[in-house]
Amino acid sequence: MVMAASETKFHVLAVDDTLIDRKLIEKLLKTSSYQVTAVDSGTKALEFLGLNNNDHHDVEVNLIITDYCMPGMTGYDLLRKIKESSSFKDIPVVTMSSDNIPSRINRCLEDGAEEFFLKPVQLSDVNKLRPHLMKRRTQTNVNKRKAMDEIVSPDRTRARYNELEVK
Amino acid sequence: MDFVNQLQRKFIDYSSSLHREGIVDDQFTQLRKLEDENSPHFVMEVASLFFEDCEKLINNMAIALEQKQGVDFKQIDECIHQLKGSSSSIGAMRVKNACIAFRSFSDGQNREGCLRCLQQLSHEYSLLKNKLQTLFRLEKQIVAAGGSIPRVH
Repeated sequence: MVMAASETKFHVLAVDDTLIDRKLIEKLLKTSSYQVTAVDSGTKALEFLGLNNNDHHDVEVNLIITDYCMPGMTGYDLLRKIKESSSFKDIPVVTMSSDNIPSRINRCLEDGAEEFFLKPVQLSDVNKLRPHLMKRRTQTNVNKRKAMDEIVSPDRTRARYNELEVK
Repeated sequence: MDFVNQLQRKFIDYSSSLHREGIVDDQFTQLRKLEDENSPHFVMEVASLFFEDCEKLINNMAIALEQKQGVDFKQIDECIHQLKGSSSSIGAMRVKNACIAFRSFSDGQNREGCLRCLQQLSHEYSLLKNKLQTLFRLEKQIVAAGGSIPRVH
């Protein structure tokens, strides 16, 4: 039983304190056929992921896109928290900002952000997300397939073992 | 159908004039491109949010600049930053440029200069709001007459 590349939509968590930008990123993502959850702070993003309480790990997020300049927890703080979390460090994170500050951009990329988009974000930017998502999904499928093979074919394994024994 | 065509032509001409006058830039066109059957009034909705945002920020800055005990230029700067961001997101080019000019005066902590900039900013905002509301009225008229909004470019 082989796990084909799933037809379910990728789920993106968008984080931005500005309502207009949240509406815009949500529209861009939905236009590109992603399922979107949009929150207005890093704290809410972490709550949604379940980082603050261990009860719900059933929400699956495939990518996080966050604004940099936010009151309280910045996008950079959020990036660090995600990358330091054992449960969520493998979720790709993308940062965005209306300010073109090279040191800021470099810091985010060096500390684990896959991309850094300058606002206003365009559809062409959102198109850059897919490779990051496909890479993760392929890896997950390879891992799942290995696990499935081990569960599904105990007979085959046993037969092989028996053959060895006979030899 | 001729009536609808007239309205559509009016819409296209008016839309082009907004671009020509620099009221809106390419980002506004990008927002238009995102409109579809699922969200036929996306631009109108985002524009409403922008108008609310802009009015609030302009008001806050006016109050901040009136403070006799000293102007909080940091607050002014934050307002400008927010407004520059949202005007950029919606493609309101002249409002955005007014914000950029404003910033240099607030950086210089120049109260008089800031007051002039705020006036300029208010003017650009009024202009934008009037023109976009005219455009959106045309949009509603076209839909009411059973036509579709011409998708430019």
